[in-house]
Amino acid sequence: MSILSFARSATRARFSATAAIRSSAASVHTLPKLDYAYDALEPHISGEIMTLHHTKHHQTYVNGLNAAEDAYVKTDSTKDRIKLQAALKFNGGGHINHSLFWKNLAPATQGGGQLHDGPLKAAIERDFGSLGKLKEKMNATTAAIQGSGWGWLGYNQATKKLEVVTTANQDPLLSHVPIVGIDIWEHAFYLQYKNVKPDYLNAIWNVVNFKEAETRLVEATK
Amino acid sequence: MSNHTLPDLPYPYDALEPYISRQIMELHHKKHHQTYVNALNAAESAYAKASTPKERIALQAALKFNGGGHINHSLFWKNLAPSKSEGKGNGGVLPEGPLKNAIVASFGNLDTFKKEFNTATLGIQGSGWGWVGVNPSTHRLEVSTTANQDPLLTLVPIIGVDIWEHAFYLQYLNVKADYLNAIWSVINWEEAEKRFAEATGGAKL
Repeated sequence: MSILSFARSATRARFSATAAIRSSAASVHTLPKLDYAYDALEPHISGEIMTLHHTKHHQTYVNGLNAAEDAYVKTDSTKDRIKLQAALKFNGGGHINHSLFWKNLAPATQGGGQLHDGPLKAAIERDFGSLGKLKEKMNATTAAIQGSGWGWLGYNQATKKLEVVTTANQDPLLSHVPIVGIDIWEHAFYLQYKNVKPDYLNAIWNVVNFKEAETRLVEATK
Repeated sequence: MSNHTLPDLPYPYDALEPYISRQIMELHHKKHHQTYVNALNAAESAYAKASTPKERIALQAALKFNGGGHINHSLFWKNLAPSKSEGKGNGGVLPEGPLKNAIVASFGNLDTFKKEFNTATLGIQGSGWGWVGVNPSTHRLEVSTTANQDPLLTLVPIIGVDIWEHAFYLQYLNVKADYLNAIWSVINWEEAEKRFAEATGGAKL
């Protein structure tokens, strides 16, 4: 074999290997790192909870999502694809929701719990009257979820208002632009707060990342 | 008007150890189940006072959630028992009889049944319950699940397992599978046998 044809066949082999990898891997989701240490949100959310929540629960959604997407790509049966929808929704939603969650939390040293003057504060006062009233509404609505789920402060693009809404299980928020999400699955608080959900919901406002929330609102209102 | 009350546990809070901790049993019974009882009473009270279909429909969610929570947990405490393996009771032992025969008929053997039950229960995407129940038409056992606190309506409940995180998290953390393996040591098969007999009219397979 001449050097040229050897090189050509080697290149062809490399291209087809890459194509095979691309078609079987689909997208590979990864667990995003936290922007703070596991114990940075103490005493409001314990290091033990943050560690389990991030390294076990969220990681499991990432793994489950990758497996579901992988299976989806490998089939061309409409029926099989529909069968995979539940896994895609549950794990995809889990990945989306938790990724938003880590970012809308911050230690006090990074501004957690502090709402400064600006578009977000103005919108909260316009739509709820005050931050205190928003917290009351959000906490009551979130505590009332009958099962697992999420409480959200969301921006309604139709009404141009901030609204409190909830999603069940790991359903992502689709009706509104997510501004602040609060996980009310028991794994999010039970080790520390046991059955006393209101104590968790009161505490978490100390570590809500209002800067990130404002960034999301500004983006949504562009 | 019915005034629902929290049923006493048939055993002490630490009786199901080491499979389910005393701490979990105390919180689960005295806090979680009690809350369902209180809220069910409140919802029924409001329902009795309601005068329009709209008001009554608005109360349905509270009745279903808290009524289901009360039903499910009342069944749960009774289908648990201190374990034979710890020398504390008869929990975990499936005696010879119609129920065992039905398990073999539907699942092949007890281990296969447990695997199927645990797989279905692990597959719940959120909070809920794993069940084995009698299909009222076929009189055969089937594994099923319900979401949140929905009561089991399609089958006659024989055994229920709570897979809400409050049922296991303090002891098993995120490792649901370990909880589901452990709980079989404290399943009250005698109670299950009673329920089965009632569901099948005592009929032999």
